[in-house]
Amino acid sequence: MSNNMHDWLNQHGDFLYRFALARLRDPHLAEDVVQETFLAAIKSQSFAGDSAPRTWLTGILKHKIIDVMRKNVREIAASDLMSEEDANMDEFFDDAGHWAEKPMAWDMPENALEQKQFLGVLQNCMDKLPAKLATLFMMRDVHETDNEEICKELNITTTNAWVMLYRARMGIRKCLEINWIGV
Amino acid sequence: MLDCQQASQLISKSLDRQLSWRERFAVRLHLLFCKYCKRFSQQLITMRKALNRLSQSIENNPDIRLPSETKNRIASSIESSLD
Repeated sequence: MSNNMHDWLNQHGDFLYRFALARLRDPHLAEDVVQETFLAAIKSQSFAGDSAPRTWLTGILKHKIIDVMRKNVREIAASDLMSEEDANMDEFFDDAGHWAEKPMAWDMPENALEQKQFLGVLQNCMDKLPAKLATLFMMRDVHETDNEEICKELNITTTNAWVMLYRARMGIRKCLEINWIGV
Repeated sequence: MLDCQQASQLISKSLDRQLSWRERFAVRLHLLFCKYCKRFSQQLITMRKALNRLSQSIENNPDIRLPSETKNRIASSIESSLD
C-alpha cells in the first residue's frame, strides 16, 4: 500500500492539485486538500482496483473540496448576508427599478492574448467577492452543481442561494464592466 | 410589467432553475423592449462560459504542479500514517 501511495503521489499529485486549484483558487487550500486526500485514501483502503486510481482519488478529492467550500460559506452568518444584500442592491437600480448604470455593450475579445487578459480581469473580479459568495458562485456557475445539492451541502435555503448568486453575478458583472470594458 | 430590477433577478434565477411559464413570459416581454436587460442576460452567459474556460485553463496547465515541499510533506505523512 505504501509503495502504491508514493507512486500515486508522483503520478497523480500534480493532476489532483490542478483539479483542486481550479475549484478553490487558493494554492494553500488546494495543497491541503490534496494531502487530506492521500491520507484518507490510506485509511479507507477501499480501492477495489476496478476503477483507475486517478478516478478513485479524484472522487475522494471532490468530497474534500466540498468540505472546504462548506466551511468557507458557513463563516458568514445568515443575518450578515441579508443586510449586506440590502445595502448593496441599492446601488444598481434607482427607485423606479431602472438600471442606475445601464449595462454597456461588451466588445468581446477575439484574439488569444485579449482573451487571456479578459480571464485575468475576471479572476481579479472573483477575488474581490466575499469568500462565501465566490464559493457559491464557483460551485454553481463553474461546476454546474445542482442547486438543491448546493443548498444541502452549504446548509442554506434555496431562496438565500438565489439572492446570493444574483448578488455575486451583479458584482462580477459590474466589476468586469469597470475593469475590462472601460479600458 | 416587470421593472429592470425584477427582470434582472428572474434572469439570474433562470440560470439556476426553470422559471414558471408566467415568469418566462414576463421576462420575454420585458426583453422585447429593454435592450439593457437583454445585454445583462447575454453577459451572464458570457461570464459563465468564461469562468469555465478559466477553470479549464488551470486544470490543463502542465506548468502548474504540486510544490515539491508539499509533495515531500505528503510523502512523509503517508509514511508516518502507515506506522
